[in-house]
This record gives sequence, C-alpha cells and structure tokens, in this order.
Amino acid sequence: MASIFLRALTRSRDRLAEALAGLVPGRRADSATLDELEAALLGADIGPETAAELIDVVRDARAEDVRPALAAEMVRVLKSAEGPGADAATGPRVVLVVGVNGSGKTTTIAKLASFHQSRGDRVLIAAADTFRAAAVDQLRLWAERLGVDLIAQGSGGDPAAVAFDACQAAVARGSDVVLIDTAGRLHTQGNLMSELDKIRRVTQKVVPGGPHEVLLVLDGTTGQNGLRQAEEFLQSAGVTGLVLTKLDGTARGGVALTIARRVGLPIRFVGVGERDSDLVEFDAREYVEGLLGTEAAE
Amino acid sequence: MFEQLTGRLQTTLRKLRGSAKIDEKSFAEAARELRLALLEADVHFGVVKDLLASVKAKALEETVTRSLTPGQQVIKILNEELVGVLGGERQELKFAGAAPHVVLIVGLQGAGKTTTVGKLGARLRREGRSPLLVSVDVHRPAAREQLARFGETADLTVCESDSDDAVQRAKEAVREARRRGDDVVLVDTAGRLHVDEAMMQEAQAVAAAVQPERILYVCDSMVGQDAVQAASAFADALPVDGHILTKLDGDARGGAALSIAAVTGLPIYFAGVGEKIDDLEVFHPDRVASRILGMGDVLSLIEKVQDQVDLEVTEGLEKRARQGDLTLDDFRSQLQQIRKMGSMSKLLELLPGASSAPGLAQMAPDDAELKRIEAIINSMTRVERHKPRVINGSRRKRIAAGSGTSVQEVNRLLKRFAQSRKLMKKLNKKGRRNTPWANLPSF
Ligand SMILES: Nc1nc2c(ncn2[C@@H]2O[C@H](COP(=O)(O)OP(=O)(O)OP(=O)(O)O)[C@@H](O)[C@H]2O)c(=O)[nH]1
Ligand SMILES: Nc1nc2c(ncn2[C@@H]2O[C@H](COP(=O)(O)OP(=O)(O)OP(=O)(O)O)[C@@H](O)[C@H]2O)c(=O)[nH]1
Ligand SMILES: [Mg+2]
Ligand SMILES: [Mg+2]
Repeated sequence: MASIFLRALTRSRDRLAEALAGLVPGRRADSATLDELEAALLGADIGPETAAELIDVVRDARAEDVRPALAAEMVRVLKSAEGPGADAATGPRVVLVVGVNGSGKTTTIAKLASFHQSRGDRVLIAAADTFRAAAVDQLRLWAERLGVDLIAQGSGGDPAAVAFDACQAAVARGSDVVLIDTAGRLHTQGNLMSELDKIRRVTQKVVPGGPHEVLLVLDGTTGQNGLRQAEEFLQSAGVTGLVLTKLDGTARGGVALTIARRVGLPIRFVGVGERDSDLVEFDAREYVEGLLGTEAAE
Repeated sequence: MFEQLTGRLQTTLRKLRGSAKIDEKSFAEAARELRLALLEADVHFGVVKDLLASVKAKALEETVTRSLTPGQQVIKILNEELVGVLGGERQELKFAGAAPHVVLIVGLQGAGKTTTVGKLGARLRREGRSPLLVSVDVHRPAAREQLARFGETADLTVCESDSDDAVQRAKEAVREARRRGDDVVLVDTAGRLHVDEAMMQEAQAVAAAVQPERILYVCDSMVGQDAVQAASAFADALPVDGHILTKLDGDARGGAALSIAAVTGLPIYFAGVGEKIDDLEVFHPDRVASRILGMGDVLSLIEKVQDQVDLEVTEGLEKRARQGDLTLDDFRSQLQQIRKMGSMSKLLELLPGASSAPGLAQMAPDDAELKRIEAIINSMTRVERHKPRVINGSRRKRIAAGSGTSVQEVNRLLKRFAQSRKLMKKLNKKGRRNTPWANLPSF
C-alpha cells in the first residue's frame, strides 16, 4: 500500500526531497533551506498560511530533525480530522457523493462500487445526476461493466426522486450499500446546493440515519479554492469525508491538509487513475511519506 | 479571508504614505502582503517571485503621482503587470489558413473540454460559420454520447463515426466537413495527464493526422500550483496556440490563468462561465487580473480617481476650503463625485487610515442617506446654499418638506456642514497633502 502512495506521488515529491536533502546534520536549518522547504510546501498546494505554520514548527529544530518533525506535524494534522464513519444500524449503508464539476464523482462511484463488491457487499448505484449530458449513460456503462444494480430515470428528472427510488429499491432488494451520484455543482450556486439537502432528507425517509457517509470528491489539482468547497459542501450537504482524485498526475492535493486543519474533514480515499481499481484507502502516514519522500515519524 | 488580507495590506500600504518615492524597505513590506495575496489566489510561487521582482523595479523608479498614495501606486503597477502577462488587450481567435479550419481541444481530465467544444460550436455558428463537431475520446465511458447530446440540444452537427480509433475518427470528421462544406472542425479529445506518455502520443498522432490550425488547451480555473507543470508539458508536446479558462462562474480567484499565461506566453481566448451552451465569454485580462488580486475595489477606485475626479472643481474647492468659504454647492458637488466613485463605505475602506479606525464604515452614511442629503441641498435656494447662516426655522421646514425629509435631518446636515467647514480650514492650514481625499466632507 505504501508503495502505491509513493508511486502516485513520486513525480511530485522531488522538490520536497531536494529541500530536505540540503540539511546538514547537527546544525539548525538555515533560512535558505527553510525557504526551499516553504516553496516545496506551497508547490504542493498546501497554501501560504498552513505552509508558514508548518515551517514555524520546524524553524528551531536541528537539521536532522526537520524532516521527521515536519512529517509528524503533517500526520498529526491529518489524523486529528479522522474519526469513525457512521455505520448503518439496519438496512443499507447510504453513501452520497458530491462535488464541483468534473472532480471525478462518477468515476469514484464506480471505484467505490468495485471496492465494496470486492468485500462481498451487494451494491446499488443511484444515477441522481439528471442534469449533465450523458451523465446517466456514463454511470450505466460503469454499472454494466461492474455488474451492479443501477437506478436511473430519464435525464431532466428530479434527483431527489431518483435517490428516493434507489433507497427503496435497495431496501427491497437487500442491498448492502447504496452509492448516490450527483451532478457537479459549484459551491457558489445556492439553489443547487440546497438540492443536496433535499436528497439527504428523502434518503432519511427511507433509510433512517442515512446518508451514513457524504463524500466530497475533490480534484487533486485544486488549489486554495478547495477550502471554500469543503466549507460550503459541509454546510449544505453535511460532508463527512473527502476523496482526493487524480493523484496519479503531478498534483499533490495539499489543500486537503489545510482542509483537515481548518474544516476538520478527513480524507477517506485517494483516486490514482481512471480504472475502477484505481482507488486507495487513505493513510495519513503513507500520504505524508509520499509527499515528503521520507519515512514519516511514528 | 480576502477582507482580512486587504485590511492587512492597507495597513502596510498606509505606512508607505507620505513618502514621495517608494523605497526598498517600504516596498519589501508591501511585497510580503502582495505575495500572500497572489499565493492565496493560486498563482504559482515561481511566477509570484518573478512578478514581484519586476514590480519592484518599476515601483522604485516611479515618482508617486499626486492623486495616489504610494501603496495604491504599487497595486496599480502590479495590476498593470498582471494585465500584461494575461495578454493585455483581449485576444480574438482568428483563422487564417484554408477551410476547413481544424481546432483541437486538449487538456486534463474533467477540465471542461467537451462542454467547451459545444459552446465554441454554438459561438462560431452565431458568427456565421458552419462548425462540425467530433469526439475522438475513445476512452471515457459515454464521452461521445455526451458530445452527441450537446449537439442535439444546441442543434449542432456532430460527426458520427463507427471507428474506435481516435486518429481515424478525427480524419473522418475532416473528410466529412469537406464533403458537407463545413468551414470549422472542432475536435474534442479525451482528458489526459501530461505525464501519461501513451496518451500524449495519441494526442500527437491526432494532431499529425489532421494538422489542426489551432490547438487550444482547456484549463480549470480552480487548479492550483500544478497548472504550470500541466500547461507547459502540453505546450511542449503539442503546438498549443492558446488557452480557454473554464468554471470562472465560481469563486476561485483564478491564479492558474496567470501561471499558465506566464509560463507559456500564450493568450487566453475564452472563459467558461457555466454549464450551458451560451456560457462562454471572450476572456478579459483586466477583469481576471483584478479578480486574482482580489482588490477590485481598490483598482476601480484607482481608475476612477484618475478618470473621473474633476480636478478643476476640486482645485477651486480646495482654495475656498482653505479660506473657510466652502458652500453647500461645493458640498453637493463633492457628494456627487463620491456617488460617481461608488459607495461611501467602499470609499472609506480605501481612505488612508480609515481601515485603522474600526467602525468608521458603520458610521459613514450609506448611499440612501447620501441621496437624501443631496435632496435636502437641492431644495435650498442659491442664497441658502451659499450663506447657510440665513436658514432659519421656517426655511428649515420648507426645505424638509421640499426634499421629503424631516427638520431633524436638515438640522443634522447643517451641523455637519458647519463642522466640516471648520475642520477643513484647520486641516488645510496644517498643509495636508493635496489628494482628493483631503477634500472629502468629514462627517
Ligand atoms: N487520472 C485520473 N483521472 C480521473 C480520476 N478520477 C476521475 N478521473 C477522470 O476525470 C474525468 C472526470 O471524471 P468524472 O467521474 O466524470 O467526474 P464528475 O465529477 O462525475 O464530473 P461531472 O459529473 O461532470 O461533474 C474523467 O475523464 C475521469 O476519467 C483519477 O483518479 N485519476
Ligand atoms: N460551472 C461550470 N461548469 C463547467 C464549465 N465548463 C464545464 N463545466 C462542467 O464541468 C464538468 C466537466 O466538463 P466536461 O466538458 O465533461 O469536461 P472534459 O474536459 O470533457 O472531461 P473529460 O472528457 O472527462 O476529461 C461538467 O459537469 C461540465 O458541465 C464552466 O465553465 N462552468
Ligand atoms: Mg458525474
Ligand atoms: Mg470530455
């Protein structure tokens, strides 16, 4: 597993590794090294404020301690946001998937379906993106490929109605997991954001306590706007965790660290490709290792 | 966040005030805050460094103009720099070669390529062209259906092909366009990572086969620091001509625009501002520059100060103010200038020193109140406006009735006016700097 993270982040960690390699044991990190380190953190989209705070933590450390101290602090921040997800008492576990346009929601649904299938769960998918052109076709092709149930209506329908139908079907069929795909929406679109609340409410009507998990799919290339996304989707949709996608490129998704610190949302999964198997359960230590190119401190 | 930043920036910049030239030390302080603002806006840290270096060189050279504080001057130079990097004047996409003109649309996964192809098609048709759309995305599930659906709703012709090969599909589309007499072929490609060699080779193969006249790179405006690596890798692999920035309808500051323009030197032609077919606009460098800076208010004020303040009026007024001869006519023309410049509270934020006086904005009259004040003055006779002393009780009643206000409001205005007349006299005796701000009525 560690190797998947390392591989996914290899291309991106070079800069950090370089900065860290410049440290001479026994001495304090000099300001040039700290500047390099800050640049590396900035380059990972950690953001100027969090980067400055991280640098402050290691400012007075001896050179050989900078690396482990930085890693430990990053792991601490990420772990502080973690907590157990709610479990379904009875009936299916309902997972609502939300996010801005094109972040990778539909593909993540396919990956999650495959993930749950491999654990022996019976999965049902709800195609509640009734807006985007061919969104239903996209999900149907994935459902067929994976052999999971799909509930869909024609395009232009009411997304809440699709979610309602799907939950009822899941109860009737004895499904273990319901995955609800939603249309991409920018967090600034008030009416579309309140639509998510409606989906939540109809879900609850059928499956008490649902949705048990609301995943915000965050494009790993996203910059500081990710923080706004997390805040707004948390408020409107009750997000419980993040999925960080597209980490197979050169982006590192460092804004997720800032989200963990500021909003308290944990990263649950990481997307590392376009196939249904390209999903990894998040592990803070391995992620930081991949980012820093170093053994994260215990 | 931004408010906070702007606040901090103003504090720093206020310190710059009063010196006729910007020196190294004061610039360094301002630069720290500007750097933060640009990084928060997702401008690549390397680009930020370069930008500030060139702003510094210019700022240290320039003498501070009469109407701007040195801080505003720095922002003005930075803004000009940003607009310059973003392409200066807005760019038009033109075709030169023989029809059909092939346009290849490329970019990372989910950037908005397919939607943009639909929007571009609609736009070109509005311009009297006959576009043919084709998807060569043979990878993502239902990618071709997506474009086909767009074609149906917008009544655009989408080339159908049975081939599952990207190069073949592109070639067929060009042949089809020739046969049908279409003059533009818009090719929608699959999303790909710049580090995915096989996929980048596929894009090169498509380009080699259909020799596009234009290759446009689509960039999501929410992208952070990675924008630089991705855009430059695409530009290295393919002869990219320019960019299209999508999802600007959100609240991302869009620093990516600056990053990609800076590293590739290529223009940004269009901005996507929604999911619908008409949500494509010509890219305006100046608008995006001020969005990135997050100081639209400061910038428009700077502009307005330069454009709109009627210096003649101001200068005559200054003289009268110094002599304590300010009339209610002057007062009214000042009010009108303020209203031309925008809301009072915004203006106050920009006043040197105003941000350090918390609550000042709440104390300032709002726009509705300014209008009422103007109405009161309008109800006065010329003599009353020039010699407010003559306004007795019955005159006050008449003015209140004429302006639809109350006697109390008239009283309040007259009192404020008398106070500000005194204050101005005092201030001007002290030889305060000659900025337009010096003449604002003090409430
Ligand atoms: N490289 C890579 N591509 C991904 C990953 N996840 C998704 N994608 C691609 O990103 C693009 C957008 O993915 P979708 O799943 O359609 O995104 P979405 O959020 O459902 O999009 P909308 O419904 O239009 O808002 C597709 O081309 C996916 O194949 C990932 O982890 N890595
Ligand atoms: N709000 C907003 N959404 C946009 C804009 N442009 C595209 N989108 C949305 O972004 C998502 C992805 O758009 P696509 O056109 O499918 O992106 P793509 O680059 O073709 O994606 P792949 O082919 O999977 O790589 C869809 O939900 C679009 O509706 C825009 O300017 N504003
Ligand atoms: Mg989708
Ligand atoms: Mg597409």
